[in-house]
Amino acid sequence: MANSFSSLVYWVPLLPLIGFLINGLCRNYLSKSLTGIIGSGVILISFILSVLIFNETRAESDALIVKLFDFINTNDLKIPFAFQVDRLSALFLLIITGVGFLIHLYSTAYMHEESDVHFARYFAYLNLFVFNMLLLVLGANYLIMFIGWEGVGLCSYLLIGYWFKNVDYGAAARKAFVMNRIGDLGFLLGLFFLLQQFGTLNYVSIMPAATGASVAVLTTITLLLFVGATGKSAQIPLYTWLPDAMAGPTPVSALIHAATMVTAGIYMIARSNILYTLSPVTQTVVTVIGLATALLAATIALKQNDIKKVLAYSTVSQLGYMFVGLGVGAYTGAVFHVMTHAFFKALLFLGAGSVIHAMHHEQDIRKMGGLAKKLPHTHWTFLVGCIAIAGIPPFSGFFSKDEILIGAYNVSPILYWIGLLGALMTAFYMFRLYATTFRGSFRGTHEQEHHLHESPLSMVLPLIVLALLAIVSGFIGIPELFAKDAHWLQKYLAPVFAQSNELAHAHHITHETEYILLGVSITLILVVVVYAWKRFASKPDLSEPSGFGKLLSNKWYVDELYAAIISKPLEQLSSFTLKFVEKKSIDGAVNGTGKLVQWSARQIRFWQSGQVGNYILWMVVGLVAVIVLMTTIFS
Amino acid sequence: MPIHYYIVLALALFSIGVTGVLTRRNAIIIFMCVELMLNAVNLLLVAFSKMHAAKLAAFDMAGNVGAEAQIFVFFIMVVAAAEVSVGLAIIVMMYRNIHSVDVNFLNRLKH
Repeated sequence: MANSFSSLVYWVPLLPLIGFLINGLCRNYLSKSLTGIIGSGVILISFILSVLIFNETRAESDALIVKLFDFINTNDLKIPFAFQVDRLSALFLLIITGVGFLIHLYSTAYMHEESDVHFARYFAYLNLFVFNMLLLVLGANYLIMFIGWEGVGLCSYLLIGYWFKNVDYGAAARKAFVMNRIGDLGFLLGLFFLLQQFGTLNYVSIMPAATGASVAVLTTITLLLFVGATGKSAQIPLYTWLPDAMAGPTPVSALIHAATMVTAGIYMIARSNILYTLSPVTQTVVTVIGLATALLAATIALKQNDIKKVLAYSTVSQLGYMFVGLGVGAYTGAVFHVMTHAFFKALLFLGAGSVIHAMHHEQDIRKMGGLAKKLPHTHWTFLVGCIAIAGIPPFSGFFSKDEILIGAYNVSPILYWIGLLGALMTAFYMFRLYATTFRGSFRGTHEQEHHLHESPLSMVLPLIVLALLAIVSGFIGIPELFAKDAHWLQKYLAPVFAQSNELAHAHHITHETEYILLGVSITLILVVVVYAWKRFASKPDLSEPSGFGKLLSNKWYVDELYAAIISKPLEQLSSFTLKFVEKKSIDGAVNGTGKLVQWSARQIRFWQSGQVGNYILWMVVGLVAVIVLMTTIFS
Repeated sequence: MPIHYYIVLALALFSIGVTGVLTRRNAIIIFMCVELMLNAVNLLLVAFSKMHAAKLAAFDMAGNVGAEAQIFVFFIMVVAAAEVSVGLAIIVMMYRNIHSVDVNFLNRLKH
């Protein structure tokens, strides 16, 4: 049978869920090694299964729907709990479980200082994270995707706030959650519109029907879905949570930035590519937002001194490129960049984790330097990651980024040049980071220098595997320029994007132009890399930034801006409602009733004077009143 | 005699009673005024009874209507007599205790 493994696809998310349950429920009884074996083992089995499924999808171009049960079943609304196995989801399965497994393996060593209970809690969250991401990718309709979508939001909250005793980390976790929730609202509204328009949420039913819908409706839907994507995939204006998400343990950052979470938005748009192709307005919005994010984040990264912050902003920036790819219709390029980015960003984060581990939780690159000799494996793998992200051929980042930029050039040359500017900044800050950290002389304390050590094998092994992947993975997408029909990924993903590619009539640039563009970009990037290396290796930038640099190092004061225009008015409103509505009005009414009764009781008390004459007088007055009343009513 | 003669008389008696109760401080006079009010009501009852009996007699051959209110009046008189005995006893006790029958001195339930 051709689809024997694909029909077992539900085991791929089920295994991490089982791992989550075991680690979560038995966290008091499991030893660290057992927790590590269970946590990583389930992901490894999922990965093996994913490879088998992937292998089957190479022969099978149609999507396979594996229905488990009816999730919602009413007269008008039928939503099955079903998984969809096709080439796009299979590719994402590979990335998630593959990179996820390496991160799990790395975590067993990185988190070894934690106590047993927290170690198991960590792995339980990690497994749940992978489970939710797999659910998101595998779902055969938008609702299942939404379950996973919410799930990764929850898990990111749990993992960013993993060290929950630190108040700042808790705040970062809440920030991530709230930012995501804002996006999720857009996504949810998008789903309602979809349901209203198409009466179903199944991909297989919506996509063929999309051409029949009006452009205005599609634009609304795609824009709302894109709002969700800006939250999950950290685009302007909801990107600020991602750099703060560095509060979590470093492998978590790697997981969030590479394999899971942030790729959700890209996946969602790639999955609904037809809807986006049919609404040019949204495509423009996606392109502009993506490009703006890519540039903004790159400028911020230029001046960050926290090793993880630089990487975080580079992720935001790279995600911007992916959205540019999606916006200009280069869907394959975007997915390609997701994949290569997963490899080199996971590599960079795990490398940074290795550095932080060796430096005893020091993250400031100004206090590092000269680590190349002390951490040889971390050093060369990190260098590979930097080369890959900078886009120097023949490393993987070059191919994927180039594909996106060429796609952008096809739409408008301006997009290409702005994108290239961002790429140059990427090269600059990555090599600033590399040179400051690994070159020059050591600037930390003597004690730190004494304790510097290469990380254990279970941390180095994932680094080496990822480094190899970061080098070679670009070759699955060799552009047509170099070799005819060598773009394996494009052929592989062709059925997924077939409908969009038919609709979009992109005019392809000539090979001569492409050669010139490539030559210019590669030369510029190499110049920037050499400059950054030379400059920061010999004389690292230790001074406090001033002027424009200060603006950049303070992240354009975006957080402060949000605080001023959103948080502050909200706080003022709530303090108004607290002080006026709650205290004065509601409490006032309640307390006033009591006070009124007390006051009137004090007054009426004097009626009971003890004078018989008084009592009789009032009795007579009452009688007269009754009689008068009766006569007026009954006459 | 027309009924309103009785009504006016009863009203006058009742009002005198009320005024007496309200204005006088002597317990015995108050007491007498209460009796006056009671008797005003009695008078009214008898008067109305007589009036209704005259109308109803035309329909009732047995001729035993119109006596209910008059019997009621006797009840009131009996109750009033009982009340008087209790009330006077109270007044006697009051005089023995505070050497006065002025109700204004009687503004406490205990000494």
